[in-house]
Amino acid sequence: MYYSQFLTRVCMPHAVLLQPKESWNSSKSNDEIIVGHCTKVPRNSNLEKLRSGYLFPEISRHESEHLRENPDASLIRLGIGDTTQPIPDAITLAMAEQVRGLSTIQGYRGYGAEQGNMALRKAIAGKFYQDMGIKANEIFVSDGAQCDISRLQMLLGSNVTVAVQDPSFPAYIDSSVVVGQAGELEEETGKYGNIIYMNCGPENDFFPDLSTIPRTDIIFLCSPNNPTGHAASWQQLKQLVEFAKANGSIIVHDSAYAAYIRDGSPRSIFAIPGAKEVAIEISSFSKFAGFTGVRLGWTVVPEELLYSDGFPVIKDFNRIVCTCFNGASNIAQAGGLACLSTDGYQDLCKVIDYYMENAKILVDGFTSLGWKVYGGKNAPYIWVHFPGMSSWNVFAEILKKTNIVTVPGRGFGPAGEEYIRVSAFGQRQNILEALRRLNSFL
Amino acid sequence: MSLMNNLSTSMISSSSSTFLAPTSFNSSRTQSVSVPLKSINIVKCVATPQEQQNAYKTKVSRNANIAKLQAGYLFPEVARRRAAHLLKYPNAQVISLGIGDTTEPIPDVITSAMAKRSHALSTLEGYSGYGAEQGEKALRAALASTFYRNLGIEDDDIFVSDGAKCDISRLQVVFGSNVTMAVQDPSYPAYVDSSVIMGQTGQFQKDVEKFGNIEYMRCTPENGFFPDLSKVARTDIIFFCSPNNPTGAAATREQLTRLVKFAKDNGSIIVYDSAYAMYMSDDNPRSIFEIPGAKEVAIETASFSKYAGFTGVRLGWTVVPKQLLFSDGFPVAKDFNRIVCTCFNGASNIAQAGGLACLSPEGLEAMQEVIGFYKENTKIIVETFNSLGFKVYGGKNAPYVWVHFPGRSSWDVFSEILEKTHIVTTPGSGFGPGGEGFIRVSAFGHRENVLEACRRFKQLYN
Repeated sequence: MYYSQFLTRVCMPHAVLLQPKESWNSSKSNDEIIVGHCTKVPRNSNLEKLRSGYLFPEISRHESEHLRENPDASLIRLGIGDTTQPIPDAITLAMAEQVRGLSTIQGYRGYGAEQGNMALRKAIAGKFYQDMGIKANEIFVSDGAQCDISRLQMLLGSNVTVAVQDPSFPAYIDSSVVVGQAGELEEETGKYGNIIYMNCGPENDFFPDLSTIPRTDIIFLCSPNNPTGHAASWQQLKQLVEFAKANGSIIVHDSAYAAYIRDGSPRSIFAIPGAKEVAIEISSFSKFAGFTGVRLGWTVVPEELLYSDGFPVIKDFNRIVCTCFNGASNIAQAGGLACLSTDGYQDLCKVIDYYMENAKILVDGFTSLGWKVYGGKNAPYIWVHFPGMSSWNVFAEILKKTNIVTVPGRGFGPAGEEYIRVSAFGQRQNILEALRRLNSFL
Repeated sequence: MSLMNNLSTSMISSSSSTFLAPTSFNSSRTQSVSVPLKSINIVKCVATPQEQQNAYKTKVSRNANIAKLQAGYLFPEVARRRAAHLLKYPNAQVISLGIGDTTEPIPDVITSAMAKRSHALSTLEGYSGYGAEQGEKALRAALASTFYRNLGIEDDDIFVSDGAKCDISRLQVVFGSNVTMAVQDPSYPAYVDSSVIMGQTGQFQKDVEKFGNIEYMRCTPENGFFPDLSKVARTDIIFFCSPNNPTGAAATREQLTRLVKFAKDNGSIIVYDSAYAMYMSDDNPRSIFEIPGAKEVAIETASFSKYAGFTGVRLGWTVVPKQLLFSDGFPVAKDFNRIVCTCFNGASNIAQAGGLACLSPEGLEAMQEVIGFYKENTKIIVETFNSLGFKVYGGKNAPYVWVHFPGRSSWDVFSEILEKTHIVTTPGSGFGPGGEGFIRVSAFGHRENVLEACRRFKQLYN
């Protein structure tokens, strides 16, 4: 991922010299000022509220800068949660076959259903929602959870209130700001106005204390959690469903890492009775199948989920999907179907095991260095506590001294301060090498 | 979209349709939502009225913007009608000249690149995870040199996507709800629908069949399908598609120069949809950036869908020049980049490998061949309707034929054609009130189907 640098410009008629803003001034030269035409189109004030680039391109940018300054550095990337292991043959073979079919009359496919191929929808229902009463037509195949989050925000509109975990995957907050649900960023707290931040830390077992949370329309919850790695227990999810029901709220449950659960925690919100009336679930093939570049995911919107006026949410979501989207790539979908075959799934479990073995090594490694480590048991993320330290400083130090890229916890929200997220994706030898370097450094 | 897929999906889209029901769907939920079809019930109500009353409701308000939409998106509606027709006449040889869905296989040179990329993902050296959200560098460079050579558009002005329809919505997210927009009338429905969803519009006004706060720029045979700009009020954004879907009209250099001047004088931004540029026969501009000054006033969106048959593969691109600035001087490209990084995660790497192959000399040649094939289809359809005495537009620079049925309701004509010849077309009013009295006939299809369709048209209208 790359972050483009732009030149600042001056508008001719207005002759306004722009104050360099932290957010979009790159660290590169901003001296070049070019005279040009300004349109009269006002900038979207919601986008103005965003203070910096999206977190992961920012990490990339730091990485690139570091490499520029240290061209011989042997960088180990434990930052962006990017999968590294090849996709099992059975799956890529299925995709190649689909591709070759597209060159034949019988195998050619044009537009697919925007909601996804029925065979794939059925397979998802059968594999992940068996006995939960989720039907194929409640499943919408997409090009990934990040895109679905934004489509859900477009669905919900600007007049809803949201609650997110703190820390959390930045797309929930950023998309909320973009869509106009949020107020301004409050400098002292580092929080956007109008968003409820549900603190998740060691003191509350990384699950929000719902008794302290005011009602919001929407509650985003990610489990297993990015970045903390915590998998909510059945009891915790039951509490959440009850909370949502009592408040008439909608839970958006992000289950992108469900396949990493090892301890029998629920893999879907719909394992909880009553969840169908209060929850939407998003998920992804990215971390499950190494499809980070192939692009495939899905969202479940139960038919039972109704707005206050009784209108089914699924109908509006379908309208969004038909209007703002045109379906996931049929090649990716063919791959998805192969992922859910018995052999495909088995092969993928082996890859997940590989990453989780990395995670264990990292957990043990950091622990043996004397650091308090969380996560790494049900998710490919390790959440390391550096008490009293600024996470961006720790991030910078680690990068500088050991050439290891991590992610500063602050990037996930104010409660992420003092933490570093370490991803467990990577080649085994790099994981081991990373620990060797950290040993010397820490 | 394939029939099988739509039989199930139609259960959803049909219940949001008002094409057959006279009243708005947004009225009382106690109304039955089933569509009055004579045939087997393919519509499944989500809940019966009784269940509705006892069903648990959240306290989350429905998004009022989506509630403004009058019916399902146009093309699923057409698909639903097609599905219903097939249920009624299971043995009918239905020919689809409705939804602009490509039918011819993708040339080998392109699919072999995609197959190669697929296999590579199973190897350590060839595996790649997340790609740049803006697209792979090589593809962006190839797009710049293939389509924008000498136009001053650079690689990093180009953002690769999963298609123009998705890009239109992402652009709307960039613009936000506080901008005004103008569209051609008739036009591709995604511009208006996405505008409504974003909250840029007022309510739908039934009498004129227009949404409040949108400037509809009428395009008719009388004005050569180019709006009379002297009558168009200033808006922030102007959507313009050329070659045009649905009319097939291609704007001339002179017209586009006027459009660019209009945008410059008004401080507006043109969103120029060039999805059919490669279908151009006449010597008209293929890119808005051929017009001097356009980089300061325009964004261009494009797609591999109709060039490479990538309707299901999903690949397109949007050009946002660095020179395009908001009123405060902030570059539009920066906000677009932010949206692309936050609301999107890049087009599929396999599709991008295909895109790169499309732009190789062999790939370009292969695409030209397929495009040529569809253009020949178009010619056949144009000749047929001409010979039947119809006033026919388009068809020369686009794979769409715009046939005039003066004084008739386009949905009625659509139904009549479907009922009597088993041919699916698209009713002009689906593209806006300016489309009333017209039928859009797509030229995508196997040659024998196009020929057979023309035979049936001749039978019906002779």
